[in-house]
Amino acid sequence: MTTAAQSAEKLTTIRRRSPAVETWENLRRSRAGMLGLLLIIFHLILALSSPYILPQDPFLMRSDVMSDAPSNEHIMGTDKLGRDIFSRSMLGGRVTIVVTILSTIIAITWGGLTGIFLGFLGGRADEILMRIVDALLSIPWLLVLLIIISILGTKMWVQTITFGFTYGILTIRVARAATLDYVSREFILAARARGERKRTIVLRELMPNVLDVLLVDGAMNWSWMLLSFTSLSFLGFGVTPPTPDWGYMIAENREILPIQPWSVFGPALMLSTLIIGINLFSDAFAKALGLDRSQGAPV
Amino acid sequence: MSNLLVDVNNLTIGYHNKMGELVHVLRDVSLQIKPGETLGLVGESGCGKSTLGQAMMGYLRSGSMVVGGTAQFEDTEMFSLTDRQLEAVRGNQIALIPQNAGQSLTPTMRVGKQIIETLRLNTDISKDDANKRMLELLGQVRLPHPEVMAARYPHELSGGQQQRVAVAMALAGEPVMLILDEPTTGLDVTTQAHLLELLCEIVTDTGAAMMYISHDMGVIARVSDRVAIMYAGEIVEDASSADIFNLPAHPYTRGLLESIPRLAIAGIPYSMPGQPPIPGVLPGCAFAPRCSFVTDICTSEPPTLDTIPEKPHWVSCHLWEQVIETDFSQELQDVFHTIKHKTTDENSIDISDLEITYYRADLLDRLRNTLEPPSTVSGVTFSVQRGETLALVGESGSGKSTIVRTISGLLPAKGGRIQFDDCDLTVNVADRPMHTCKRVQLIFQNPDASLNPRHTVAEIIDQPLKLYFPEMTRAERRERQIELLDRVRLDERYRLRYPGQMSGGEKQRVAIARAFAADPELVLCDEPTSSLDVSVQAAVLDLLADLQNERDTTYIFITHDLAVVRAFANRVIVLYQGRLCEVGSVDEIYSPPYHPYTETLLDAVLEPDPSTRPKLIAKDIPELTPPAQGCPFQRRCLKNIGEICDSEIPPWQTAENGKEHKIRCHIPMQELLANQESVLPV
Repeated sequence: MTTAAQSAEKLTTIRRRSPAVETWENLRRSRAGMLGLLLIIFHLILALSSPYILPQDPFLMRSDVMSDAPSNEHIMGTDKLGRDIFSRSMLGGRVTIVVTILSTIIAITWGGLTGIFLGFLGGRADEILMRIVDALLSIPWLLVLLIIISILGTKMWVQTITFGFTYGILTIRVARAATLDYVSREFILAARARGERKRTIVLRELMPNVLDVLLVDGAMNWSWMLLSFTSLSFLGFGVTPPTPDWGYMIAENREILPIQPWSVFGPALMLSTLIIGINLFSDAFAKALGLDRSQGAPV
Repeated sequence: MSNLLVDVNNLTIGYHNKMGELVHVLRDVSLQIKPGETLGLVGESGCGKSTLGQAMMGYLRSGSMVVGGTAQFEDTEMFSLTDRQLEAVRGNQIALIPQNAGQSLTPTMRVGKQIIETLRLNTDISKDDANKRMLELLGQVRLPHPEVMAARYPHELSGGQQQRVAVAMALAGEPVMLILDEPTTGLDVTTQAHLLELLCEIVTDTGAAMMYISHDMGVIARVSDRVAIMYAGEIVEDASSADIFNLPAHPYTRGLLESIPRLAIAGIPYSMPGQPPIPGVLPGCAFAPRCSFVTDICTSEPPTLDTIPEKPHWVSCHLWEQVIETDFSQELQDVFHTIKHKTTDENSIDISDLEITYYRADLLDRLRNTLEPPSTVSGVTFSVQRGETLALVGESGSGKSTIVRTISGLLPAKGGRIQFDDCDLTVNVADRPMHTCKRVQLIFQNPDASLNPRHTVAEIIDQPLKLYFPEMTRAERRERQIELLDRVRLDERYRLRYPGQMSGGEKQRVAIARAFAADPELVLCDEPTSSLDVSVQAAVLDLLADLQNERDTTYIFITHDLAVVRAFANRVIVLYQGRLCEVGSVDEIYSPPYHPYTETLLDAVLEPDPSTRPKLIAKDIPELTPPAQGCPFQRRCLKNIGEICDSEIPPWQTAENGKEHKIRCHIPMQELLANQESVLPV
């Protein structure tokens, strides 16, 4: 029996979902977003499991097959030291992905909280600190990263923290702008009138509302960080050889590009699929949350 | 050619929801408008009235579609026209005046130029002629000094003036049909009364037909010859204005009329139970679950639009014959019930000589030694007794919200004292001890904005509990949440809902529950019912009254609606530009003598009765800052007696009709009394 009362019941149950479920359902409808998510998951699984599933030893140098074209044994060929490109490409994202994910988390946490606090406090503190942020943003960061890393050395924690810190500065502006939308709303006034502490207002009232902007911003930042990290790595400030890394692999093999293009295409393909995946996902994610891409993107 | 201007027949409009199901917005709507007729279209939020108005212009919201039926304008089917053809009809023959005209004007262009642009878009008129016509139009909408006004930018005009410019633009194409979608919502009562007057004059002058869409029965009564009532996407009753207001034949129309607070009848009106269903989900009459006449046939068979014999009166109800037999005017008297106020002699809050300013001198001002402008609120002195409801009344800009924000500690006071029992409330909320914060709670106007959209109801109510009762365990708090929800008449299943999943009335109940979670002694209510539909307004007022009686809570109640004040408050303060004009008990305030400003407000109230008409006794000039000296109302007052009003602050005079009734005016009490009629029926 499908009565109107039943369909009425159905209509009310549709409306009774939590925002998280709602977002997921919206996301699932986007084909591009799901493709992006699959690409990201693929890369994450690969980063976690690659040491155990590699077809060849990525460190083994074979003088007999140097700069060799793809064959049955080496499906992407070998580099100039005779190492298997396919295995090295699969393994080459591990450090990059771990470092950039950790720095993304650092960036949205410190940048996000600072931004929300500044937006909430307003006044002189906000004025002064935002001018400092503006000044910091005018510095060419790749250069600064190079300097910091060359002083402190290519240690993973150094890279993670410097990346997290620098990209967090971008997030401050995004989080502050998103917060300004909410600070004058009545539920914030209500919380202030209740006598809530500033910390509670920021964490319990503002944070849940700004979180979606921060998450999208984090996803965008992640893809930017991947590119920056790979650039550093290309310049030799990323990963200590012989650990394979996409950026460094491209640097190592660019001279043999004409005779063994796969030695560069392999890592490039891996990097680009991950970045395309992140971009497709963050786009669809922002739409699913009801945000515009321009709102979540770093300026 | 038929003699109808608009002919909508069996129009059904719907959209597909996310699950792919067809959801109706309009169902089988038929509506005819003759040339020169003024039709009022009434309904609560979400009933489809705006969709119908837009459909008449051939416009559908994106995602919506015509499922069946036709919408003809001058014998042309609007939905068969191409975009280009529609463009020619819109503006030239039908014009729409939207709710928020300020936002529909281009902010970077002088208003005169915008009107000229509209004129030249539709006709090939020369520049000079267009300019002449533009000034004519501004004159037609009664804007003083059209040349000056034309050179202004939209932000330099007040809300009422912007709305007048929008009307002028709509008139540019000399339309035969005007569609007005709540054009006065958000305007002050006096501005609204003036604008409605203007619209009526325009309709008479130009002979255009008008469809006026509104939720406000008082406004509809003022402007329309005929009224159509919409409920859940259907037209349930369609009759002459007099019939709708005096002999309503549909139970919903009756309920709607009975739920409006009135100046003429003291007490809280009827509150309709439940809320409207989604159109088309109920097998029978959509109103059946909320109807007091309901019988078996109502829940099984949909009613059809019947004609009441010998009248142009259509009603969609199985039982209309039974409905019209019950005497409406008697029923109306009976549904109102007065609330009992427990009055005590104990003072709860004492405010003396309160002064508040938003002005902050910056460096440049200090260097230049700029004179400080008059304070936003000045010389406000009053006290409220425990368990009493004090209403602060005034138009926007009267300082009523400012006072309440200062009491709650969100704004600093520049001078004066706020004493609440033994606590000093002059200090900022951050510097108040927690037990003081707990005693004073706020309820805001718009529950959409005052509830955090990311929190569930449980989290919302939990916040004050955690803050004020840190000793409570999680289980105790949960129990208390359920108890509070029960006190505001909500089921405990609401705990897990988000604000977006509730209706306006339900959200306001949650906001009330949050305020009462603190177990407060003083609750500041900032227009708590003005954003709600009339059918739920009375229920919220009832609820507030009940909660007050349980613990002798004191209310300070802000509103601009004098009928609500009469229903709910027991003492009233009338404010203008942050200065006191009149104080007294409700009965005293509503009978003469009145302060000239109070008289203006009372006369601008639109009662849902087509036989009454506002008198418009004050000038409709917007004022942004209080005058530097003299009476705050001097510039708008028609009774201004000259020099003394402009230079000296008027003295308090005690009226003879009550011991608490005081009026601040230079005109002697006897003279005021002699020229005023009571707004209440004798």
